[in-house]
Amino acid sequence: MSLEPIEIRKIAYLSRLDILDQDIPTYSRNLADILTLVEQMNDVDTTGVVPMAHPLDMPQRLRADEIGEISELINREYLQAIAPQVESGLYLVPKVIDY
Amino acid sequence: MKEKTISQLSIGLAAKEFSSKELTQMFLERIKKFNPLLNAFITVTNDVALVQAQAADRRRQQGLAGPLTGIPIAQKDIFCTNGVRTSCGSRMLDCFIAPYNATVVEKLNAVGMVMLGKTNMDEFAMGSSNENSFYGPVKNPWDLDTVPGGSSGGSAAAVAAWLAPAATATDTGGSIRQPAALCGLTGIKPTYGLVSRWGMIAYASSLDQGGPLAHTAEDCAFLLSAMAGFDPRDSTSIDRPIPDYVNTIKQPLEGLRIGLPKEYFSDGLDNAVAHTVEIAIDQYQKLGARIREISLPNSHLAIPAYYVIAPAECSSNLARFDGVRYGHRCNSPKDLLDLYTRSRTQGFGDEVKRRILVGTFALSAGYYDAYYLKAQQIRRLISDDFQRAFEYIDVIAGPTSPTVAFNLGERVDDPIKMYLSDMYTIAVNLAGLPGLSLPVGFVGKHPVGLQLIGNYFTEGRLLNVAHRYQQVTDWHARVPNEFT
Repeated sequence: MSLEPIEIRKIAYLSRLDILDQDIPTYSRNLADILTLVEQMNDVDTTGVVPMAHPLDMPQRLRADEIGEISELINREYLQAIAPQVESGLYLVPKVIDY
Repeated sequence: MKEKTISQLSIGLAAKEFSSKELTQMFLERIKKFNPLLNAFITVTNDVALVQAQAADRRRQQGLAGPLTGIPIAQKDIFCTNGVRTSCGSRMLDCFIAPYNATVVEKLNAVGMVMLGKTNMDEFAMGSSNENSFYGPVKNPWDLDTVPGGSSGGSAAAVAAWLAPAATATDTGGSIRQPAALCGLTGIKPTYGLVSRWGMIAYASSLDQGGPLAHTAEDCAFLLSAMAGFDPRDSTSIDRPIPDYVNTIKQPLEGLRIGLPKEYFSDGLDNAVAHTVEIAIDQYQKLGARIREISLPNSHLAIPAYYVIAPAECSSNLARFDGVRYGHRCNSPKDLLDLYTRSRTQGFGDEVKRRILVGTFALSAGYYDAYYLKAQQIRRLISDDFQRAFEYIDVIAGPTSPTVAFNLGERVDDPIKMYLSDMYTIAVNLAGLPGLSLPVGFVGKHPVGLQLIGNYFTEGRLLNVAHRYQQVTDWHARVPNEFT
């Protein structure tokens, strides 16, 4: 399977990655090689085979969806200390809504 | 103190032949001397190490020391370490100081182990040669022109050159076992869910599993006993008691049924590696094992299925790196899309981008059934092959990797050729089984690894099978010339 430049651009957009024009042919070739490798799967008829999402077929444990802090030390301020830009306990991003 | 296994060091510490502080200082000095040659460590934690070593010595004075108390260890830089940079080999996390410890780190701290530093790795554990690290490639201590394997290449090189007696590692498609093979070490990837993934930066969550890298199976037994165990914070952690793997390590091998998959000894396997593995199998026969050929007919589909499932899960996991909450953020973003796109484009390296793109494609509208669903069906077939084999054998044996360590730069321009390095290890992750690699000889100056695969939760048996071999051979005790 080969991928057109427009398809590479679409996948890159969905991935939130920028690809330079000059790099498109390399990505296109690499991805086509990988997809060719992957398509060996089509040699096998898998009709009726139950897909395997978990190696031990175990259900995922769920926890209560509760808001809270892990401890007095591991609080909002502590966890936000590693954020690139924070103000008044909020993460700063470029303006999202125009009004 | 040098060139001693954990079990030997443990005896020395207990007999007060040396203190943990002395032992730790010796390793820190070796790191200072040899790391510039190998690039095995991204961060060396001198201060943390000395504080932990002194605490371990005090603990021993109080009579509270266990077998691992005061033993130094290197942590793969994929495990979050509180207050210490956790880069995952990526520019994205170059400035990331983890605000908490991974469960594995907590557990090893709890038994009194001493962290020497954080080891180099392929970016986000994506790679088989450690050449995909933002911090540069790692060199193989057995031959500095070759790769140590990956993604746990820094951990493997550090242990092989005796810059640390052991290290933690992770394995999504072979990243513990393949570096173990290429560096002459013993490493075990446990059953999926045995070791907590909490605080272990995610690559492909249904495949990722942590484990130890050390010189001997006995050392791995000590470490795995401490690392494994139920963790409510990991939703795929398995709730079952963890045995002391050291207790069962000496069992005799009489009557052990070993299966050799014919698919693991065919095209693509280097002749000299095949020969070395066959000699190891002969040794097992002498130890009382019965050998028979088996078939894993869907083996050739492991790499194709993996290169859908792993990239798909990685594209989803790595969506969290958005330049907002932590990690790299681009300068002066003009809008939200620009913030995401430029932060990610600057923060990720080539192989990570490639896998994100493949995964995004495989999961995109119109392709999901043809790729992701199909790969999960293949995964079932591969798993069923193993279960059929385990009806009449106990352990599967074969080469860990089709070749010995290859030259730096040799495969960087050919992703597919690089992927083939994991042709015998990947199926084990897809099935969620435990797998171990142990050193069984050399081709020239390059180590060869034997892979042992067991059924679910047979880590004790695998470590036992490796240990018995190491009682009658000395491959695990060899030291690369330049690092004696």
